[in-house]
Amino acid sequence: MASPSEAAAGSDGEAQAVFRGITDDVSRVALNPTPKWWWPAFGVSNLMLLCLVVSLYHLFTTGIGVWGNNNIQGWAWDITNFVFWIGIGHAGTLISAVLYLFRQDWRTSINRSAEAMTIFAVAAAGIFPIIHTGRPWFAWWMIPHPNDMGMWPQFRSPLMWDVFAISTYATTSILFWYMGMVPDLATLRDRAKERWKQVGYGLLALGWRGSARQWHRYERAYLILAALSTPLVLSVHSVVSFDFATSQNPGWHTTIFPPYFVAGAIFSGFAMVATLLVPLRHLCGLKHIIKESHIEAMCKIMIATGLMVGGAYGIEIFIAWYSGNAGEWFTFRNRVLGEYSWAYFAMVSCNVLVPQFFWIRKCRTNPWIVVGLCILINVGMWFERFVIIATSLARQAMPGMWGYFSPTRWDVLTFIGSFGLFFTLFLLFARFLPVIAMAEVKAVSPEAHAGKDHH
Amino acid sequence: MTTPANDDETPGAADAPPPDRPGHADGPDGGRGDDGDDGRGTGNGNGHGSDEELHGLLAEFETPGALIAAARKVRNAGHTEFDCYSPFPVHGIDPAMGIKATRLPIVVFLGGLTGLVLGTLMQWWMNAYDWPWNVAGKPTWSIPANVPISYETTILLSVLTTFFGMWAANKLPQVWHPFFRLDRFARVTDDGFFLGVEAGDKRFDLEQTRQLLVAAGATHIEECYVDARPEARTMPRWIMAAMAVLTMVALIPVALVFKARATKSPDPHWHVFSDMDYQPKLKSDQPFADFADGRANRGELPGTVARGQLKADDAYYRGIAGGQWLTGLPAQVEVSEATLARGKQRYDIYCAPCHGFDGAGMGIVPARVEALGGAWPARNLVERGSAVITMPNGQLYNTISNGYNTMMGYASQMPVADRWAVVLYVRALQRSQNAAESELPAGSQVR
Ligand code: HEC
Repeated sequence: MASPSEAAAGSDGEAQAVFRGITDDVSRVALNPTPKWWWPAFGVSNLMLLCLVVSLYHLFTTGIGVWGNNNIQGWAWDITNFVFWIGIGHAGTLISAVLYLFRQDWRTSINRSAEAMTIFAVAAAGIFPIIHTGRPWFAWWMIPHPNDMGMWPQFRSPLMWDVFAISTYATTSILFWYMGMVPDLATLRDRAKERWKQVGYGLLALGWRGSARQWHRYERAYLILAALSTPLVLSVHSVVSFDFATSQNPGWHTTIFPPYFVAGAIFSGFAMVATLLVPLRHLCGLKHIIKESHIEAMCKIMIATGLMVGGAYGIEIFIAWYSGNAGEWFTFRNRVLGEYSWAYFAMVSCNVLVPQFFWIRKCRTNPWIVVGLCILINVGMWFERFVIIATSLARQAMPGMWGYFSPTRWDVLTFIGSFGLFFTLFLLFARFLPVIAMAEVKAVSPEAHAGKDHH
Repeated sequence: MTTPANDDETPGAADAPPPDRPGHADGPDGGRGDDGDDGRGTGNGNGHGSDEELHGLLAEFETPGALIAAARKVRNAGHTEFDCYSPFPVHGIDPAMGIKATRLPIVVFLGGLTGLVLGTLMQWWMNAYDWPWNVAGKPTWSIPANVPISYETTILLSVLTTFFGMWAANKLPQVWHPFFRLDRFARVTDDGFFLGVEAGDKRFDLEQTRQLLVAAGATHIEECYVDARPEARTMPRWIMAAMAVLTMVALIPVALVFKARATKSPDPHWHVFSDMDYQPKLKSDQPFADFADGRANRGELPGTVARGQLKADDAYYRGIAGGQWLTGLPAQVEVSEATLARGKQRYDIYCAPCHGFDGAGMGIVPARVEALGGAWPARNLVERGSAVITMPNGQLYNTISNGYNTMMGYASQMPVADRWAVVLYVRALQRSQNAAESELPAGSQVR
């Protein structure tokens, strides 16, 4: 890569070669012809996305009755899926914001794709509460606006808090992601050969020219956004947990929910990041940028958050007994030993036992094992939300409010469809956008200090 | 802007560097050859005709360190209109260039404050003022329940100010810049480090500035020219026209909404979706003439009992016998040391916080109220001759189950047997604190 005279320049030329190597490796993914593996993957995701379109069409034209929901199980798979997806998004913000504030330089290799994952997960999540209302065409009533009904939203309801938290979160994630991407889009603009790509990336890059005066404000803005995203991400899943915690329903009405939900969200999010990135680094030839040690670090975070979640399970049961509240204790006995005990034990084994394998080094380094365990963790986290929702509703105060939930095929199709949406968006991202924050990786590389002793 | 003497050059000379450019001839050329092997020429796009004017000089450096050093030199030489360009933020360049800390944080703080105030006012105006919304008789304005939304609007507005404020301060988007004409400058997003001095700078002098940059260690120096005609630098007319038309079109829906709000029409609303707005059903607490009592609500049917909830034994479950409070004890309650011990233990958990361990009514809760300057004593359960001492067991049991005035009932937390055990223990407390000396067991009297 370095011309002879460049090599003669000693370490200085080498620094440039390192930067150019990073540029080449990352922009190649977006600018080279489509790789072979991409089309089948995209095809399958599109088929899954089609499931979503079809099932939403059926839902809108027929009604909520197409699902297994009923008077007793008013929140079932729809809200389970909502909490599941929104939780997944949290790892992206954690990586981009919290790890940034803690100056964890290894995050630069994964933050871009983790942020993308956040946005796509929030998109998948956002569908569910809206279609769950039964009349999604009135969803805009939740936005406060003057109207001829003389009606305003009820701001003291946690469901409205949700509206504000999720929309703020989506906006912030998109802006943060896009802002971080602008310098890299400029790189693609400057390297693209086809005119339409130059124009396309050029418009997105806003004319970025890497000026030091601009970098100065840019970096400050980046820091501020990170500092704002941190309390935001903690609030979002706390607010989601308020949907449950502020209700009077035994099994939901507990103060441990906010921290417990946030820990679970980070747990599932990291599992999803690893599930996506382990194949990506192999397929796109990015193993030297997304290093094995980065995957290992994520596995370690999963051990920690997995233990927190496990602790929360224990505390919940203890408090149900210790409170002496008969309803609470009854609900939890049912949760563990009742009709849904299969779901409860699926959750405990996937979320508490599975991450323990990450104590073993081999399990953190073998890509197959990592992906396998991460998928199991996400299965477990889905079950966690299902268990919270379904078991608490299955045995309410009156025997007339007892009932079991069984999904219909439309529940299943909608859920599969949400994965279709997520994967389709992610594949488009991996194909056309800078999958790795090149400027950031360069900035934290040792070569970024090259030549500084000159003065 | 200074116009260089470049009359001898023709626009056609674009492909080859003109020989009279000292920077190119004498300046160190970074060893990259005069045409990069990566296809990025150094001479292309650099030629200029008589209608072009000099924008500035662009110098390239090999390392971030060299760039910092050069920036310091250029600044010390008194230049102000210059900037450094790099693929990533070079740390340490701000002091070298004399960049002052941005005021963005202050702007963001103000944005956040606006979000907080607007979010809170919005909730107050909509839910407490314009349309006071009664939710289960709770106060229409209660800050804690409004905190989450104010919190989110604060963050939202801070984020929006950060994002848009940063781009505005950076004067972006600006998709075109004179330096983009230089092919070499494309490397600024890859591995190139550049310093550009603009011709508009007060100290700018083509030769001297070039010498300064050479001395600062530039590996390559290029002049950058722009079209001198102002119309060449404005946006094409058709783009402006398209933008104007789009803006007008976007305003149509808004205009319609405003029109609809301003006109008074006797016509019913548009019901795009009639949904289930009109249903032949009765809601609770509505009138309904066809029932004898004229109400839609149907009460409990006499004689219905919830599953497992018959609880026919009035004495045991309700403390009532023959319509009166039970004076003795139900048959199920065994007076034994074990029952009393259980009663003491439950009492210490459920009653002592208010009534105190001795029953005198000064548990930690009233004590705390007193410490804060208030007064909220729980009833003294052991006061000689008081109503509590004389009340029948059944009534005491009932108080535990269902509460009394500000004391809440404990039926949901204490099983029936435990409540009777506490009754026994309260009796024991009363007796032990009100006993006459003669009642003490032989051997324990005061001698
Ligand atoms: C939260 C504080 C609190 C707790 C806990 C509490 N009480 Fe009370 N209790 C009160 C207050 C206050 C009163 C006086 C109410 C009034 O007169 O308005 C009272 C009154 C009473 C009375 C008198 C009722 C009457 O008819 O005059 C009895 C008997 C009594 N409590 C027994 C108990 C027993 C037994 C327990 C434990 C199961 C208990 N209380 C737990 C606060 C409490």
